Amino acid sequence: MTFIRELGWAAQNFVFHLGRITVFGAQILRAVVTPPPRIRPFINEMFNLGVLSLVIICVSGLAVGMVLGLQGHNTLVRFGAERSLGAVVGLSLIRELGPVLTALLATGRAGSATTAEIGTMVATEQLDGLRMMSINPIHLVVTPKTLAMIAVMPLLSALFIVCGLAGGYFVGVVLMGLDGGVYVSSLENAVDYYDDVFGSLLKAVVFGVLIGLISTYRGYTCKPTSAGVSAATTSTVVVGSVTVLIFDYFITALWGV
Amino acid sequence: MSFEDRAVLRSFSCGFPRGKISVILGGSGSGKTTILRLIGGLVHPQRGRILVAGEDISTLTETQMYGVRHKLGMMFQGGALLDSLTIFDNLAFPLREHTTLSEADIAAEVHRQLDAVGLEDVDDLLPGQLSGGMVKRAALARAIIRQPEILLVDEPFSGLDPISVKRIEALLDSINQQLHITMLVSSHHIPSTLRMADHVVLLFDAQAFAGTPAELQHHLDPHVAGFFNEEKDTTFTFESPKSGIRVASQAVTVE
Repeated sequence: MTFIRELGWAAQNFVFHLGRITVFGAQILRAVVTPPPRIRPFINEMFNLGVLSLVIICVSGLAVGMVLGLQGHNTLVRFGAERSLGAVVGLSLIRELGPVLTALLATGRAGSATTAEIGTMVATEQLDGLRMMSINPIHLVVTPKTLAMIAVMPLLSALFIVCGLAGGYFVGVVLMGLDGGVYVSSLENAVDYYDDVFGSLLKAVVFGVLIGLISTYRGYTCKPTSAGVSAATTSTVVVGSVTVLIFDYFITALWGV
Repeated sequence: MSFEDRAVLRSFSCGFPRGKISVILGGSGSGKTTILRLIGGLVHPQRGRILVAGEDISTLTETQMYGVRHKLGMMFQGGALLDSLTIFDNLAFPLREHTTLSEADIAAEVHRQLDAVGLEDVDDLLPGQLSGGMVKRAALARAIIRQPEILLVDEPFSGLDPISVKRIEALLDSINQQLHITMLVSSHHIPSTLRMADHVVLLFDAQAFAGTPAELQHHLDPHVAGFFNEEKDTTFTFESPKSGIRVASQAVTVE
């Protein structure tokens, strides 16, 4: 009985938050078209979420590309197909690893920071202070953060992929002695612009929407205590990561990306 | 009004005179801050009506409330200044949002308000770099910068030394005298209440008692009158035989 009760509670809780996050998303959409446009906060958030994530994205992309190059070469060489290394590294990165790993990294770095920042503003009554000044916090604080997350995700994902391709090139060509022209032409022949590159960017945009929405919602609705902010931040990382992985499957299955 | 299972205000009804300083007095958790938040529309009552300047705000949506809040200013207990902005930008913020004043006029107005609350050379400081008393004064300056009709002041004396308490008290008094703003102050600081209040609402034992400070001090209910005289009568002692420490009222002796 306890298990059924807890299952019922969890289902009810899920539906409750799904409804609230939908309303929250609608409020953000409304704020987007409500003047004045918050250009400066948007640019500041682009810097915070994008520029400050560059190092982690570049290093991670390079490392993943090098691992892919090494594993791919060691596997392909058994079948005498090492000339296809560029295709293997490229398709893996562009179709899956680029957008997904970028999204997971962004959730851990930028998403958690967003939740913590908004949550702290809730706990210290800063958002109530804005309301009392007749300023909608969703318009001023939440919307620029969400839009910035959506805007930076495809850029970060593209950067991750480029760094990964460079890592694969370094291992395949410089360390394993593969011909550079072969690596690049294999990559060029295998990758389709519309299906692979456009699809990859589409995934990144969808992940940006999810992370932006989840991280701002969790911060905005957190309990106004330090424990509440901490729980909301943890929740952003867990829920955000799992949601990204689930949506990745459905986007891949539906659009074949 | 209740939060989850905890009822805070029940069968509560009172009014606050226009242009006067009203102090909402009561112990911790009695609902003082909740009354201010209800008036500001930050929380909504489960039942009943709230009239702000003649307008019933209990049925208004959040968007409609933004219109009503142009008449209101609120100083929060912790200041609620935006911690990523300097003190100057915190004060300039509502003017930039809601007026068409030039930057020069905004700067002049901000400095006028900072002077009024006795703050100098704090333009470029962040709220985190100020003391508790200075944060409260900066928050007060921000709350009055758009000259609201009603000023809500939440626990202005909490966590302050006696000198800062008197300074804030004098500030509130002079703001009321000069701008004729209706002030609602939540506090549990009885000496300040007796000095500055024109009207007092005492929340005690789930009931509200309203009147002038003198009326409540001589109230027929001994508990109400006792609330005001409690500070004089109370003797506070703490003894720890093991450590040999004894704390009595205002003196500390270590044996």
